[in-house]
Amino acid sequence: MLLVLILIPLLAAIGILGGLPARLTAIIAALANILVATFTLSCTACSHGFSLEVLSDPQINLSLGLTGISAVMLILSVIVTLAAVYSGKCPDGREKLWYSSTLFIAAGAIGAFLSTDVFFFYAFHELALIPTFLMIGILGTGDRKEAAWKITIYLAFGSIILLVGLLMVTLNTGSFAFSDLKAVHASDQNTVALLLIIGFGTLVSLFPLHSWAAPAYASAPTPVAMLHAGVMKKFGLYGLLVIGMKVAPDGMLHWLPWICVLLLGNIIWVGLVTVNQKRLDLMLGNSSVMHMGYIFLAIAALSANAENTIAEPAAVLLMFAHGISIAMLFSLSSLIEKKTGTLEISQLGGLAKNAPALAFLFGLAGMASIGLPGLANFAGEVMVFFAGFADWKPGEDLGWVQITTIIALWGVVISAVYMLRAYRSTFQGPVVKSTESADDIHYCEKIPAYILAAILLIVGVYPKIILQFVSN
Amino acid sequence: MQAHLIEFITVGFGLLLLMYEAFSKSNKSQIGLVAAAGLAVILVMLFCPAPSCCGVPAWMERFYTDNHIARFYKMIAVSSTILVLLMAVDFRKVLDRFTAGDEQGSGTGEFYCLPVFACAGLMWMASATDLVSVFVSLELVTITFYVMVAYMRRNVGSLEAGVKYLILGALSTGFLVYGIAWLYGAMGTTDISEFSRIIGEKSYNPNYLLFGIALILIALGFKVGAVPMQLWIPDVYQGAPTPITAYLSVASKAAGFIVLITIIEPFLNADTALGTSVISILAIMAGATLLYGNLAAIPQTNFKRLLAYSSIAHAGFLLMGIASGAFIEVSFYLGTYLLMTFAAFFILALVRSEEESDEIDAFDGLASRNPMLALALTIAMAALAGIPLTAGFWGKFFMFQSALIAGLSWWLIAIAFIGVAAGFYYYLKVVRAMYWHSPKNNTAGPLVVPTITRLVLILLTAAILVLGIYPQPVMDLLGK
Repeated sequence: MLLVLILIPLLAAIGILGGLPARLTAIIAALANILVATFTLSCTACSHGFSLEVLSDPQINLSLGLTGISAVMLILSVIVTLAAVYSGKCPDGREKLWYSSTLFIAAGAIGAFLSTDVFFFYAFHELALIPTFLMIGILGTGDRKEAAWKITIYLAFGSIILLVGLLMVTLNTGSFAFSDLKAVHASDQNTVALLLIIGFGTLVSLFPLHSWAAPAYASAPTPVAMLHAGVMKKFGLYGLLVIGMKVAPDGMLHWLPWICVLLLGNIIWVGLVTVNQKRLDLMLGNSSVMHMGYIFLAIAALSANAENTIAEPAAVLLMFAHGISIAMLFSLSSLIEKKTGTLEISQLGGLAKNAPALAFLFGLAGMASIGLPGLANFAGEVMVFFAGFADWKPGEDLGWVQITTIIALWGVVISAVYMLRAYRSTFQGPVVKSTESADDIHYCEKIPAYILAAILLIVGVYPKIILQFVSN
Repeated sequence: MQAHLIEFITVGFGLLLLMYEAFSKSNKSQIGLVAAAGLAVILVMLFCPAPSCCGVPAWMERFYTDNHIARFYKMIAVSSTILVLLMAVDFRKVLDRFTAGDEQGSGTGEFYCLPVFACAGLMWMASATDLVSVFVSLELVTITFYVMVAYMRRNVGSLEAGVKYLILGALSTGFLVYGIAWLYGAMGTTDISEFSRIIGEKSYNPNYLLFGIALILIALGFKVGAVPMQLWIPDVYQGAPTPITAYLSVASKAAGFIVLITIIEPFLNADTALGTSVISILAIMAGATLLYGNLAAIPQTNFKRLLAYSSIAHAGFLLMGIASGAFIEVSFYLGTYLLMTFAAFFILALVRSEEESDEIDAFDGLASRNPMLALALTIAMAALAGIPLTAGFWGKFFMFQSALIAGLSWWLIAIAFIGVAAGFYYYLKVVRAMYWHSPKNNTAGPLVVPTITRLVLILLTAAILVLGIYPQPVMDLLGK
């Protein structure tokens, strides 16, 4: 069943290249994938692993399996994929490229999260990156060539560093299977941890390797921005949680001060950069970089103490919530551009008057992303902050993680500033030239947003629906 | 059938072709198709294992060996010769123009026969186990290449390339003979299979030996395109007829590596100071080659020159594998390198015939003129850059893995990683030109791909993708 989850988008993408009706095939494939995923998760008998040997020495298998975190990532991937094929406006005549790339990215992402073999874990991620580069370069907007070039070079660099780290891990453990991962030799701990932090960190846009992210998301076609910011970027965090923590716990502890400083760079520095953005899409791109800092905070808490039981669920929940909310925001911002023709915040205003449904949905997603209680991100962020203090007893000195948590709390204020300001100047105030003729979103455009909004609400009120996968 | 007969058959077939060429009145490019068909039969024969009853006759044993790796290199030699002949058939338009004599197509007949002789030499190189047979087979290949590189005699670039290749080739032959002489002086024999025993008995003069090895490494550096003998590569690649460039880049390089493996193996296995010094010489050569090839490739604007520097860069990765003693992995790398390099050269030859230019901007907007061709070149470039799920990734992956296992120094591994990162940049430059730029000449219509090129490209790209997911078949061929 797990293989089917990868094959559906893959075959659909090939079918689209071969001439099937693009949009219809993509939507059917995305829906089918949601059904298969639900089915796989609900019946334990069908979620057993899959394994096929592709190389005998060193032994490498195409093996798939569901662990707690990968189940959550699978849910995130299939949901965002469905929303992504619905979103954005495909330029005429480019349907083949648009929808097949979207499905290729989805297949790569699902493959990476389901793989239980280091080689295919890495390879599937790369499979998803190539259509990302091509889509930004060919069908992007604005400075598409420069943005695509930048993301290519950055992510290629990150992937290569990551590859060295993973190779050192597999040589230490003598096997590529996830199940054989164990702590590497003490003398390699620091090197492996450093390579994994830089490698995975570049893919997650860890400060100061983050500058590819915002321009790439701003010029990327909407489905690509949604899938990359929402799903693909979680690959690095997933890797750190599933591989990094397991193979180099001492090394992660060794680099803890650095992780703390860098994640504060994400939260505070990039946060302030976000406040300064003049375009809605750049602001969303930067805010997505900033929120990675909180997830890194959970990883830092886990590095400081591997016994920290809140940190991993907190990271997973926030990864899920952030993925849904950022995908929803990118989807909606493309609608704003479609209705008004601009994303310059200074040229927008009073959109709520003509497009109340759009305003409501954008407000909901925006509030979710800055952590309004009752929505999914809040549950995640609160758990992250709790995780930061989980080890601390009253009267003890504050450790690196605790101090970082205290500073990171200011990030909540910063995100409130930029999101509320952007919302006010886009949707409220007097109607301006660009918004006076805008109409509200119609039924069809609402579908992806309502799906995502419902999930944000459900998970916000009842986070256990996601946490059940990781709490045991 | 006895194993060594296969080279005899190949040479005989080449002679027959020459006779056919002399007396046939038909279109000369037909000879190319006949030659390719004949070699295809030889390729099939290579897949049949030699029965143990009748191996190599006793008098040949010293000069000739037949094993999995030798067979694999023979397959590389034969398949690349077939591909070169097929490419030359579709390339005849350019060839005719620069060789034109009294009648159409005259004087191009030998162009389709010479590769068969080179092929025989390449096959023998894979089996040679004596310094003398190494030298003879290598010279057969080199001399054939002198002719083929300079074949377009009315093209200044091709002539210049021919002269450069001749002078530097002769120089490297000098190095090789001199090195063999020193090695013979130090070891007392030219039989390579005796080397490990002599090293074990420590009955040799290590200084003489190291000097001889260094000379041989320099000479083979010329064949494989490694620093310090890499300087001829860009000019010769650019000037030579495109099919011959591809031939040089794949078959000649692969044969150089199998000879290197044969000669160097006894010394690497020696657990002495000698082995350590040989490894450090190889590591330094690999590092310098990686830096030179990858960094010099970055600013190139000519696709053929880009592929030339890329060929140097790949030699660097392969030398790193040799230094780690991972001979099977190196052979695997060369096998996959054949697929992706030929895919790139087939497309280059096609664009060269249609556009009269090798520059990267001749590829501008190829995606809108022929999307499938652009996709094929994208896959080839991705494989050359080493992107996962293509065959090229496994090659690089094995090189790094064996370097880490062998414990090569970290600076070499770091240089190799810089090389991979640079590779992403310069290989994707071509992809960028195809997809992001619009055709320079707006009236350019769709590009029509000739049948042979189309079939070969489908085969090559399919192989790149299948081996990218399932590399075991190649490992089976190598007996691992």
